[in-house]
Amino acid sequence: MDLNYGPEYDAFRQQVRAFIEAHRHLAPPSAARAARPSSEAVQWQKLLIENGYTARTIPAEYGGYGAEPDILKSRIISEEFSQAGVPGGLANQGISMLVPTLLELGTREQKQRWIEPTLKGEIVWCQGYSEPGAGSDLASLKTSARVEDGYFVINGQKIWTSTAKQADMIFCLVRTEPDAPKHRGISYLIFSMDTPGIEVRPLKTMTGHAEFNETFFTDVRVPVDQIVGARGQGWLVANATLGHERGMLGDPGALENRLQALIALMQEERIGQARAIDNPVLRDRLLALQAEVSAMKCNGMRILSNRLKGESGGMAKLIVKLQSCEIAHQISALAIDAMGEMGTLYHGSPREREAGAWQWNYMFQLGLIIGGGTAQIQKNIIAERGLGMPREPKLAKTSDAAKATADTARHKQGSA
Amino acid sequence: MDFGLSQDQQMLRDAVARCLADTCPLDHVRECAELDNPYSDKVLGAVQDLGIPGMLVPEEHGGLGMTLLDAAIVAEQLAYVIAPVPFLASHVLAPIALSEAGSEEQKAQWLPKIANGEARIAVAISETVEARDGAGVSFTGGKLSGTALFCLDFEGADAYIVADVSGRLHLVTADALKLETIRLTTIDRTRSVGELRFEQTEAEPLVDDNGATTARLRDAGRVILAADSLGAGQAMIEKAVDYSGQREQFGRLIGSFQAVKHMCAEMAARHEPCRSLVWYAAHAFDSIPEDASIFACHAKSHTGEVHRFVARTSTEVHGGMGFTDLMGLHYWFKRIGFDRQALGGPETVRAEVAVLQGWIKAP
Ligand SMILES: Cc1cc2nc3c(=O)[nH]c(=O)nc-3n(C[C@H](O)[C@H](O)[C@H](O)COP(=O)(O)OP(=O)(O)OC[C@H]3O[C@@H](n4cnc5c(N)ncnc54)[C@H](O)[C@@H]3O)c2cc1C
Repeated sequence: MDLNYGPEYDAFRQQVRAFIEAHRHLAPPSAARAARPSSEAVQWQKLLIENGYTARTIPAEYGGYGAEPDILKSRIISEEFSQAGVPGGLANQGISMLVPTLLELGTREQKQRWIEPTLKGEIVWCQGYSEPGAGSDLASLKTSARVEDGYFVINGQKIWTSTAKQADMIFCLVRTEPDAPKHRGISYLIFSMDTPGIEVRPLKTMTGHAEFNETFFTDVRVPVDQIVGARGQGWLVANATLGHERGMLGDPGALENRLQALIALMQEERIGQARAIDNPVLRDRLLALQAEVSAMKCNGMRILSNRLKGESGGMAKLIVKLQSCEIAHQISALAIDAMGEMGTLYHGSPREREAGAWQWNYMFQLGLIIGGGTAQIQKNIIAERGLGMPREPKLAKTSDAAKATADTARHKQGSA
Repeated sequence: MDFGLSQDQQMLRDAVARCLADTCPLDHVRECAELDNPYSDKVLGAVQDLGIPGMLVPEEHGGLGMTLLDAAIVAEQLAYVIAPVPFLASHVLAPIALSEAGSEEQKAQWLPKIANGEARIAVAISETVEARDGAGVSFTGGKLSGTALFCLDFEGADAYIVADVSGRLHLVTADALKLETIRLTTIDRTRSVGELRFEQTEAEPLVDDNGATTARLRDAGRVILAADSLGAGQAMIEKAVDYSGQREQFGRLIGSFQAVKHMCAEMAARHEPCRSLVWYAAHAFDSIPEDASIFACHAKSHTGEVHRFVARTSTEVHGGMGFTDLMGLHYWFKRIGFDRQALGGPETVRAEVAVLQGWIKAP
């Protein structure tokens, strides 16, 4: 174990700190909920790219900074920005999921056309994967695309498309080979949300906001060159992006930020004369969460070291999405408990704390436990891939199971 | 020995359930929950026809003279359909406060009107549990000053029963001078709470026994909140079981995955004992004084914990659909969230049990 990064990196850290001090007045307020970056955020993004503090390893010809990949430097940057409480580069589905996918699997022309404006915040993307009938079983998706004089013609429906309303473009999974086995009949297309035939209907969620949408396609025509990877290879392309999504959802830096906000809240919130943090039971819960977050941060460093050595993250990596989303949810739960009755205030009520952010987070983070692969699916992956356990047998055919359920006496409420 | 509901109580439960199933479908709740005043005239009318407002009003004042266990049975059914009607304060706590601590005049003035639905009284006793934002009400020279937060069944109240910092109760009419009322909005849009601000406001004390009635109100309130949580939890479990018998993924009903079955089974296993606990706590309030406060606290904190788990687990069983507004699952989720915090969250309430048992001194 040697945790020193070495003199070169210490100097780099000083450089990052100096930059943050000199420029923090230009940083936009961190508006995590905004789907489209503000002009301030776009300016900030530009400044960060120019100085190599975001899009660092993306080649300059595609609008990045073009540095050699250096995981430790990337790490130092995110640590310092998080420590200073200054927002880092933009993180949205386009930047976190599409750009890495294009870098890995896109054509040169696609990279040149899409990456730069995405990095600059000019193009906002949404992810069109899930369908009403295809959530956990994503590979059973039905939205179809047939080829007709140089175009894919798309018909079908997506659901839970986050930010589709604000997005300029979509990366979308469609079935192009209806006769192939389900994993081999899918293609990965990218196209403009202005294409005729697309209808977006906002979908209200439990938070009271419409964080996502239903997206309908009727004879939507997309040029055949707007496919990433080969026809029928979309499943592999999508799995590359799903990996990036799970990385985004499991960021220990984000957990640390939520924890710091909770600590601040509990030092401020008063129960009678005392601060919430003076209450030994609430404080103990806070400390237990701090230990969990610390464990995830150390786990993150271990994954980082593994990457430096070119090794796979193994189990340390497989558990990240499951654990991080759960801890984030628990952090919000404790915040609400520390506020007591005042913790139930929402919808802009008088006396509401932090504009209802804790209740919003409590609900949205439950959404994230479900989204991007549910907790149950994550556990299946950990058991089967991580622990090498046998796969679940293919049991009850749908119709038999339906009959069995119907035959079973219903669990009646309130039996005396 | 007979631990269970009587024939009459089972009939009460079934009658309330039937009536609410007709009058209070989810679509109606949705309409009400959009409004600042969520109370439904239609459901209130039905509740009135069932005699619910008079349940805890003594017979000599025109009520039915029923027990807290009866009220808990009703609370469970109201929560099962997330009924947007006043109940906890106006039909349970206010009649108890007046019957146990009101003067003969106060009883005669208010109880018959509560029973026949002509008057509704909201109740503000949160500061006797814990004070937030420096709130608290003092009583000097016949006048109240200060702030009471989280007044229950706030909207449209004709009067308020308010606890002062020493725990004594006072009655203030809604038209009192120097009374400011401010609506608060919580996650749960099917119930109504508010803030009361007094500045030398005229109030009538209830002829009280040094805060003993306030303690009774806390007990009753907590039992009813626990029963509410129970009804909402019951609905969420049933919905999860139904959904997992309809939704298919990977060519199978999701209910055929052990992961999903175990989620549902764990909800049921943790939920079912809550029903027995709530019944006992209500019965203790009615008839076993030495257990009343301890069991009210345990019922409240335990259902708070169990149903927080049920609320999130049922949502998870529904996948992304559970997170949307489409199935309205969140109305029950939020009702449970409200029940957990009102009149003290689990940690606060459990600390009281330690004091009640003499393990530690009152803080
Ligand atoms: C906040 C949020 C944001 C989202 N954003 C997007 C987006 O931008 N783009 C997009 O395309 N999609 C998005 N989604 C959709 C998300 O990916 C799906 O909701 C998720 O994959 C689950 O699918 P489902 O909702 O159909 O649930 P289902 O798959 O129907 O699952 C229902 C229940 O069954 C369980 N289950 C299913 N299969 C198994 C199994 N084999 N073993 C054990 N249990 C099983 C699940 O764990 C769950 O508890 C988002 C969802 C949420 C909640």
